[in-house]
Amino acid sequence: MENENNILEIRNLRSCFFTEKGVVPAVDGVSLDIPQGKIVGLVGESGCGKSMTARSIMGLLRYPGRVAGGSILFEDQELTTCGEKQLRAICGKDISMIFQEPMTSLNPVLKVGRQVRETLLAHDPTMNREEARRRVIEIFTQVAIPEPERRYNCYPHELSGGMRQRVMIAMAMIGNPKLLIADEPTTALDVTIEAQILRLMKQLQEQTGMSILIITHNMGVVAEICDYVYVMYAGQIMEQGDTFQLFDHTTHPYTQGLLASIPRLGKNPERLHTIGGVVPNLLHLPEGCSFCPRCERATDICWEQRAELQSVGAEHYARCFHCGEGTA
Amino acid sequence: MDESIRSQESLQSQIGEKDGIGEKLLRMCRQNKLAAFSAVLILVIILMAILAPVIAPYGEAEQDLLNRLQGPSAEHLLGTDELGRDVFTRLLYGARVSLTIGILPSLISLAVGVITGLLAGYIGGAVDYIIMRLADIMLSIPSLLLAMVVTYTMGTSTVTLFVALSMTGWASVARVVRSQTLSLKESEYVQAAQSIGVSKLVIMLRHILPNCLPSLIVLFTLNIPSAILSESSLSFLGIGVQMPQASWGLMVNQAKEFLFTAPWLCLSPCLAIMIVVLAFNFLGDGLRDVLDPYMKNQ
Amino acid sequence: MNEEKQILIESRNLTKEFDTGKKGVKVHAVNDVTLQIYKGETLALVGESGCGKSTLGRTLIRMLPATAGQIYFNGQEITALTDKEFRPLRPKMQMVFQDPYASLDPRMTVRDIVAEPLNTYKVCKTRQETTQRVSELLDAVGVPVEFLGRYPHQFSGGQRQRIGIARAIALQPELIVCDEPVSALDVSVQSQVLNLLKDLQREYALTYLFIGHDLSVIDFMADRVCVLFLGQVCELAPRKALFEKPLHPYTTFLLDAIPHADPHLRNSSRRLLTGEIPSPIALPSGCSFHTRCPYATGECRTTKPELKTYGDRQCACHHAGDFHS
Repeated sequence: MENENNILEIRNLRSCFFTEKGVVPAVDGVSLDIPQGKIVGLVGESGCGKSMTARSIMGLLRYPGRVAGGSILFEDQELTTCGEKQLRAICGKDISMIFQEPMTSLNPVLKVGRQVRETLLAHDPTMNREEARRRVIEIFTQVAIPEPERRYNCYPHELSGGMRQRVMIAMAMIGNPKLLIADEPTTALDVTIEAQILRLMKQLQEQTGMSILIITHNMGVVAEICDYVYVMYAGQIMEQGDTFQLFDHTTHPYTQGLLASIPRLGKNPERLHTIGGVVPNLLHLPEGCSFCPRCERATDICWEQRAELQSVGAEHYARCFHCGEGTA
Repeated sequence: MDESIRSQESLQSQIGEKDGIGEKLLRMCRQNKLAAFSAVLILVIILMAILAPVIAPYGEAEQDLLNRLQGPSAEHLLGTDELGRDVFTRLLYGARVSLTIGILPSLISLAVGVITGLLAGYIGGAVDYIIMRLADIMLSIPSLLLAMVVTYTMGTSTVTLFVALSMTGWASVARVVRSQTLSLKESEYVQAAQSIGVSKLVIMLRHILPNCLPSLIVLFTLNIPSAILSESSLSFLGIGVQMPQASWGLMVNQAKEFLFTAPWLCLSPCLAIMIVVLAFNFLGDGLRDVLDPYMKNQ
Repeated sequence: MNEEKQILIESRNLTKEFDTGKKGVKVHAVNDVTLQIYKGETLALVGESGCGKSTLGRTLIRMLPATAGQIYFNGQEITALTDKEFRPLRPKMQMVFQDPYASLDPRMTVRDIVAEPLNTYKVCKTRQETTQRVSELLDAVGVPVEFLGRYPHQFSGGQRQRIGIARAIALQPELIVCDEPVSALDVSVQSQVLNLLKDLQREYALTYLFIGHDLSVIDFMADRVCVLFLGQVCELAPRKALFEKPLHPYTTFLLDAIPHADPHLRNSSRRLLTGEIPSPIALPSGCSFHTRCPYATGECRTTKPELKTYGDRQCACHHAGDFHS
């Protein structure tokens, strides 16, 4: 590990889909640090590779996707090369994951209490059933599920979307993970429920001191609870930094455009800012900067070369040749 | 519009991410060698059946009483039967009957099943109830029994066989089409058509039917072997194709008396049935995997 | 514009119930909704999933039959019309759907998709004329005309939504029901489509019923906002008034729950709504919001609040506005 404070370090990760039409570099040289006890946000639009990054960490890539290079270090343990058995021992216990749609991640024919209990027993086979049951109800209480005893015996379809997401969080939390990866945890939920779940995640983080990686497309979610932000576009990190720093001194044209195009309560102009064009096809990425076809500031160099991440402030980096040139 | 969305390059780069039916078939051929081989085999067999008069070394019913029950030889590739007819020749002509009976009734039941299934699924209500109960009744009678009843009442002929086999086949097609229609009816593009005021008939024909097509192709391919098997069974029982026409089931029927003295008589039509049925099934499975992956679990 | 507002469409005590399959058990999707939409305005319907906003939108334009109540379009009662009598009115009310991936038939070309409404009402005499009109429509929504022969899957989400919009404006409607038209799109594309909707409204004098759950989007689009909870109108007010001083507690909580794209607006002490939406099968007694409302009193539990008028706004709450300190 380069930094003792980090619980996870990703260096130059490349994950690709090997399709008949060519190699699709969904994650193209991503480096990412997750410090102990912090909430890190990985934000980007659909198809930018943010979910692929999370799945690479968990070893969940399916054919034709595969990690093609780089390293993922979790507490000095290399995850990309360690065996399947070892990976399973870490993921699920020290690293756990929650998904966007809790309905599809829960088995519809088993009671939710039993599903969480079985996860617990898988981590600790010596525990007896009654003890496990008590622990599950305890964790249900911790994630603020009302009437935990009753919910223990509910089937997933008997719970609302928000309640199911709480069950998923309970299941993820039961092994006392050091890192929780949340892939769009609130996208399928209503705003009032989303706010509840975000607050719950923040509280759990403070109580347990774990780290959280939140994958989202919603800048609001990032601004709400993240300590650090990574902005991803076409498989690359475009801008990264401390949340306040990044929002206050947004540098990369993509991040600027993204923030400007969000409608804001009470501050809406007559017309919204737009980023022209569409997300490029990863099979035919431009030679230079992957954002330059849509960038207002693109010059010749942008079309020819790929920019490197460069420091633009304290704990703040951007991948752009025109970093210092004001705002759009 | 100010957006540079018109930039053609960026749009073209988005293109070709999803395959059409043609591309899917090509992919099947590349990935599933068995299905591709089956498709070729079926084509060859169909071709041989069509060209039977050209390929066959003897006439369909040409007898040579001096050379009865001969084993395979250079003159008679698969030997001769009890009337001295060339088994290979009979097999080729039999393929015509067996394949026709496999494909035509499947087509008829497909047509009937599509119409009834669409009506049942889209109109619903009493129409749905009546059609589906009829289908249930059809499916609850053993198909062989039904075919026997039809042939006994209408007399044994190839046409009756068509009727008998079509009667049993449509019900399963109707069921599949109905369930697909029910789910497509809820899709947003059908709702969009409704919101425009497009008529029911046009919605069924233009929006629902084409989107059922992949599963129908699969169903059709998988229906053919069962029709071929039914024909064989009926002919074996003596109520299907009649002499002097040749069909594979009939050949087995006639060969059963010589099972121990001239086993090749029985073996060749049996093998032919097996190969064709297997080929259609492999092809159907392959098609299902690429065209209709959701059906896999059913 | 407030001087002589003409009502385009109006619902009176509109109710829509669905059968659950069990006898006597009904889902009360829309309950006794009375509202007016004025010509040329955008009325936003907002609420959480399951609040009946989509059902209300569809019932208003007769895509779903109403259980009770009346709908007047340009003063004409349309609930009692037969399908045949209603047919000439159908082109006047069109719809844009939420999911641009599901709302276009995958087996039709873009030309055929946009031409479908034109063909249905035989607007154009010849095939060339139809194609010409389709090209104009595509041009109006910013889809390159060269792509007439393409299939939907060859387009990105934003462009598909543009095609859906072209189809909706093809018959020169007066009212368009936009059912969450941008919630399935990425942010950068979302703003393009929102701008387009605004441009088209100005150009073709359209009236929108804009259904959404994202209040920031609604703040951008709407002239007036109607907040729904369990199929009932909680509050209906001009946008500015509603966002600045909500009268109904539910509106306040909705506004508070929005995550702002600005870390300085983080507020861990703000009050969050607790609990979940009650079942629309067995509605709570009294005010349907009382089970989640921290300001609820005995009156709220027993008596259903009427929708009362306060100047240019309406609110259904016994304590409308009182809870502000």
